[in-house]
Amino acid sequence: MKSESRKTLLEPLVVNNPIIVQILGICSALAITSKLAPAVTMSFALLFVVTVSNVAISAIRKHIPTNIRIIVQMTIIASLVILVDQVLRAFAPEISKQLSVFVGLIITNCIVLGRAEAFAMKNPVWPSFLDGLGQGLGYSIILVVVATIRELFGFGTLWGYTVLPLVTEGGWYRPNSLLPLAPSAFFLVALIIWGVRSWKKDQIEAPDYQIQVVHRTETQ
Amino acid sequence: MNSPEHSGAARGGRVRFRDLPNDSTAKILVVATLVCIVCAVLVSSAAVLLRPIQERNALLARQRYILEVAGLPLGPGQAVEQAFGQVEPHLVELDSGEYLESGDAIGFDIAKASREPGTSRALGPDEDLAKIHRRPDAMPVFLVRGDAGIETVVLPVHGYGLWSTMYGYVALDGRGERVKGITFYSHGETPGLGAEIENPGWQSQWRGKRTLGEDGSVLLSVSKGSPSPEQADYHIDAISGATLTSDGVNNMIHFWLGEQGFGPYLARLRSGGG
Repeated sequence: MKSESRKTLLEPLVVNNPIIVQILGICSALAITSKLAPAVTMSFALLFVVTVSNVAISAIRKHIPTNIRIIVQMTIIASLVILVDQVLRAFAPEISKQLSVFVGLIITNCIVLGRAEAFAMKNPVWPSFLDGLGQGLGYSIILVVVATIRELFGFGTLWGYTVLPLVTEGGWYRPNSLLPLAPSAFFLVALIIWGVRSWKKDQIEAPDYQIQVVHRTETQ
Repeated sequence: MNSPEHSGAARGGRVRFRDLPNDSTAKILVVATLVCIVCAVLVSSAAVLLRPIQERNALLARQRYILEVAGLPLGPGQAVEQAFGQVEPHLVELDSGEYLESGDAIGFDIAKASREPGTSRALGPDEDLAKIHRRPDAMPVFLVRGDAGIETVVLPVHGYGLWSTMYGYVALDGRGERVKGITFYSHGETPGLGAEIENPGWQSQWRGKRTLGEDGSVLLSVSKGSPSPEQADYHIDAISGATLTSDGVNNMIHFWLGEQGFGPYLARLRSGGG
């Protein structure tokens, strides 16, 4: 694979990750990461939508009139999301019920529209496909990491199987009662951002304002 | 944008699509129409092709709810259809309370039966406690038999809450005198408030409550505050913050256990029929 393609595919995994660097798609990352199974399902749904929408939009990009480009993008994205929702309802009804509105909300997920507008409108089909795949995988990595931590320490299970036997069921593990709640995902995402920024120092932005130390005697 | 040789190109008096400038009105209309047609075909074919599978899932989900509310939890690895063999479905003609010989009780579609004039009747404003407008002439019931005759009767109930029609099941004992459980399988009430009707903690207080008074009138009610000692057996504590949903559940229970609902059928159960 050429280095350009490799960069398009691999960069969004960590260095330009949609959640922890672009800070997009946070809403669903908080809502559906309390257990691993819905998080993985959601990851596949988003991966499919962002990849296929990137390819479709890139394929017709030279024919999309500038005036209605957002509407055309949204129509394509919305159709793909309905498709995914219908398939989930047919083949994974339980998980579909747990994900409830969040599959439908992929339509407004900034990652999908962001890639359509920023990448697929300007690049040929193959790089757009790789970009969609990379961004979708970047989203998935964070979801799976957060969901693994939340399910393991919040419920003592992984993918529904008991790993840490709970006190209430005769085991020894007392689950953390914050982790099943949405705010815990905020803390976990923040910790991941902190970790990545300590490793990749160039991601640290310059502060918008510098607090200056002014001595009282100097101002008078 | 457009290269010079493309702009305004008309060959043989006929404008060719690929030569239209991208932002011309014609091109905008053509692209918008084509995108809409392709997307509409995609979405509607997915909906049509997948509907049979989705309906089967909905049926299995309803059966699971019936088993749960009747106190027959699924064994590990047990299929819903197999467990549902313990349940005896019937269609009941509501006005007479008699079983109907024919008809599909398992796949009975309450919403569809309520729509059609041939299988339902309109309710007058003073009859329509549950605000459902039309009531089917027949409704399914699900019986679980034990050594001593009917042990559990599961009745489908529905009524309007705050935002939506709530669909659920009420399980009663074999004489219809005490509640064994309640569950809701479809509703659109506010998450965190009205949607607490799904909360197992709230549902558990229904267990063992009495339904009817000596004269057959419905005394079971959902209300706020603490009841008098003689009322306690009939009282369900309303959900705080969800007054209208709780009222909806109360009206639904009064309608379906009353004369317009399963009243005649329950009277027949008490007199030993069934």
